[in-house]
Amino acid sequence: MSTTTVTPTKLWSGGKSPFNVEYGKLMMWYFLMSDAFTFGAFLISYGTIRFSTNGWPDPNEVFKSFPFAPEGVHAPLVFVSIMTFILIISSVTMVLAVHAGHNMDKKKVVKNLIWTIIGGVAFLSCQAWEWNHLHHEGAWWGSNPFVNHDGTASSTNFTNYFFTITGFHGFHVFSGVIINIIMLIMTLMDKFEKRGHYLMIEKAGLYWHFVDLVWVFVFTCFYLV
Amino acid sequence: MEHTATHEEHSGGGVKEIVRVTVILSVLTVVELALGFWMMGMPLGSGSRLAVKGAIIILMMAKAFYIVAYFMHLKHEIKNLIMTIVVPLALFVWFIIAFLYDGNSFRNLRNTYDPHFKEQSTIQAPKKAEHGEAKHEEGKEEKKHEETKPEEKKAGH
Repeated sequence: MSTTTVTPTKLWSGGKSPFNVEYGKLMMWYFLMSDAFTFGAFLISYGTIRFSTNGWPDPNEVFKSFPFAPEGVHAPLVFVSIMTFILIISSVTMVLAVHAGHNMDKKKVVKNLIWTIIGGVAFLSCQAWEWNHLHHEGAWWGSNPFVNHDGTASSTNFTNYFFTITGFHGFHVFSGVIINIIMLIMTLMDKFEKRGHYLMIEKAGLYWHFVDLVWVFVFTCFYLV
Repeated sequence: MEHTATHEEHSGGGVKEIVRVTVILSVLTVVELALGFWMMGMPLGSGSRLAVKGAIIILMMAKAFYIVAYFMHLKHEIKNLIMTIVVPLALFVWFIIAFLYDGNSFRNLRNTYDPHFKEQSTIQAPKKAEHGEAKHEEGKEEKKHEETKPEEKKAGH
């Protein structure tokens, strides 16, 4: 190889990855970028429809229930904040699993992956409860029992977008849990020990953090503003 | 020479940084929730409500930055990769401004030139006597124009 050239030209002169990451990780980044555009398109479409409508349901009136709470309880933002924290914490345990993988610490990887899976399942359970609750209130695709903020009749746009976008996100969480379970099984089977690195956990981790990232936007767009 | 780059990959990270970012994310979420609760008491369409919404969106962007930069490790990647990911996503700035502006403009146009649309959005939703059932008449019938409180409307399941 050439002796002392500047780093940028050296990166592109062949023989090494110009992005300094392995192929799989780079492709995961590209996939996540395309997925970001999909979610972005959904959320921007939601925003456009919301901006073009005179009234919109008040999220604090729609999402005000809590499991095992008495009828007619008014607890807006409480349940969804628990869901948000579950996802953040499961993201943290995933980072810890990736970190343990760097140090070839199998025990810690297993422990943190199990916590991450538990977090994902807990989030999905919360979402299942919420969907079920809203469905019993008469909300579904094409039917919206909630009135607008100002008491006027609302269209079905609100529920259509809510179920489509949280459903798409929930599907991502579900796939993430499946991927994490596969990672856990592979770790337990010593696949990564034999390979000599835990880089695959990193890629699964990227996906899992992306799911958390999307929830930050979904949570803000549907429950807060 | 070749090895310097791979060592750089492991720079940053570490449990200390993870803990720090966790704390930051939790604090940002708590502040968001506090703003959300605070906003509930504000009148609809008021300037202060809009300002709080703007603050929440700024906090949301901050959270997104911390997740991508530290949890997804993008901050510690080389510049080539950062630019490859971030530059295409900059299109969102244009998308968001263009589409939301368009939606807003469409509403203004309809409110100005479409009396039917304007009238539709002033119809009060009918009060519902029973609850729990999937009963929803698209609000077509012109019932009384009295104030219907959303709370009374649904007693929940």
